[in-house]
Amino acid sequence: MNAGVEKGVAKAVTLRRNVQIELQVNGEPTEVSFAPYKTLLELLREDLDLPGTKHGCELGECGACTVLLDGEPVLSCLVLAVECAGRSVETVEGLAQGTRLHALQAALTDLGGSQCGYCTPGMLMTAKALLEREPSPSRERIREAIAGNICRCTGYQQIVDAIESAARELRAGGETAR
Amino acid sequence: MMRLPWFEYRAPRSVAEAARILAGEGPGAMLVAGGTDLLPNMKRRHQSPSTLVALRGVDELKAVANGAGLQLGAGLTLTEVVDTPAVRERYTGLWQAAAQVATPHLRNMGTLGGNVCLDTRCTYYNQSYEWRKAIDFCLKKDGETCWVATASKRCVAVSSTDTAPALIALDAKARLASVGGTREIAIADLYRNDGIDFLARKPEELLSAILLPEANGWRSCYWKLRRRGSFDFPVLGVAAAAKLAADGTVEAARIALGAVASRPFLVPKAGEALVGRKLDDAAIGEVAGAVASRAKPMDNADMNLYWRKEVVSAFTTYALRELRGDDMRAERLRTARQALAA
Ligand SMILES: Cc1cc2nc3c(=O)[nH]c(=O)nc-3n(C[C@H](O)[C@H](O)[C@H](O)COP(=O)(O)OP(=O)(O)OC[C@H]3O[C@@H](n4cnc5c(N)ncnc54)[C@H](O)[C@@H]3O)c2cc1C
Ligand code: SF4
Ligand code: FES
Ligand code: FES
Repeated sequence: MNAGVEKGVAKAVTLRRNVQIELQVNGEPTEVSFAPYKTLLELLREDLDLPGTKHGCELGECGACTVLLDGEPVLSCLVLAVECAGRSVETVEGLAQGTRLHALQAALTDLGGSQCGYCTPGMLMTAKALLEREPSPSRERIREAIAGNICRCTGYQQIVDAIESAARELRAGGETAR
Repeated sequence: MMRLPWFEYRAPRSVAEAARILAGEGPGAMLVAGGTDLLPNMKRRHQSPSTLVALRGVDELKAVANGAGLQLGAGLTLTEVVDTPAVRERYTGLWQAAAQVATPHLRNMGTLGGNVCLDTRCTYYNQSYEWRKAIDFCLKKDGETCWVATASKRCVAVSSTDTAPALIALDAKARLASVGGTREIAIADLYRNDGIDFLARKPEELLSAILLPEANGWRSCYWKLRRRGSFDFPVLGVAAAAKLAADGTVEAARIALGAVASRPFLVPKAGEALVGRKLDDAAIGEVAGAVASRAKPMDNADMNLYWRKEVVSAFTTYALRELRGDDMRAERLRTARQALAA
């Protein structure tokens, strides 16, 4: 057929053998080898020792596994790890600076936005992406942005309050609240 | 952890190369775009392709081209579709449909092509392997009986794509590419009313683009019924498009339904019945009744079957009222929690 197409450009991953990729994880260049069927969620928790990202449904239905991939919130349970080569991943572990919490973490803690905490890492990453794009979102916009993150404890009000409060904090220039 | 089965991963860089891999690998290969439909299905062992042909790296599939109409690459994410000004301004029905798919995260990942080619859904199918095994599986996968219609030889799983009914109402075309070349077909002809064999796409073909005709005075909208304001698949989708004369007389109209059969479909009589009339309450009422009579939902999706059928006429009414220019934001907020005013 198409004579213009080079031969053998497709990168094949050999069956039943580990693949190796390089990616940025929370700003750190990282090299990792893993079974090619793994999702980004499995890669983070099992191969990179970063269990902060939670696994809930593993089917795209809860948002607990939300991470930022090239700055955009995605569900790590539905991202193939092989597709993260050369990309940047941010997880909840990257939020605090040493012992100083990120403004969003501090606000969620102070305002009761985290109870059992299972949804919190995903909620935080979603909120971080929102505030990076829109520093002063309305409550309606906040609700829309977190529509893919289910919380069974708080009833969401405190989460929306906390994101609003963190947004004010960040606009005022404070990197952290404490 | 629910693990994916083993597969070989291929990452072509062009449509031609993807087509060549598909042709070479045969039916054991499947395309993966955003993976938001295929990967959950693979985790539940609905599909276990030996090769995944990933479309992420195919830049051609991301093209947006303005011309006589609008051409949208199949690889655009739904977020990108929603953020395309031409879609919002000229193809409001598609914009409203894409904006209501799943959640922001899933729209960041899921593509237009994947949405159009979405697997059909059923309460007896979209379950874990163990759950399905406990009922001895079903006709669609690994079993012999359809648990929704036990006498049926045909699977009646539901077409659950939001964008397809909108694209049908807009009279869009699908461009399919294979090693043999490309062909364009009316989007409605891409679908078959069979829960298993629901696409007329040949196994060696991939969907490369959606072609929208010139908007040229047409207006359109999409109404979606689902339980929550986010996350949920449609249990009804009503898409309507109409071309109105300056005095409001309908020159042409198209109404399509989604999520009430194994394929999305046009209700040609409904559109024809509106031609030459104004969109007054009497005309809308008649047509809403006619559309509702075509909806035959099955008891294999969320919410009460009879109520779902009743809503068809109400949603058709809302859609046609929106086309005539009524402010429908209150109804939208009440039924979908989103105003969706373009
Ligand atoms: C919790 C949840 C909620 C959801 N809610 C909705 C909803 O409300 N409405 C809705 O419509 N969808 C919904 N979806 C389904 C899905 O997220 C979207 O339909 C999405 O657009 C699918 O696109 P994708 O790129 O992720 O598809 P993929 O998973 O990559 O592919 C889906 C199918 O299409 C095939 N395919 C992909 N690209 C092509 C191509 N270019 N040519 C030919 N075949 C192709 C694949 O082989 C596969 O069979 C939901 C999913 C989840 C997990
Ligand atoms: S409609 Fe019948 S055959 Fe099809 S998925 Fe449902 S139970 Fe299975
Ligand atoms: S674990 Fe990924 S969405 Fe639930
Ligand atoms: S705090 Fe428990 S799920 Fe949100």
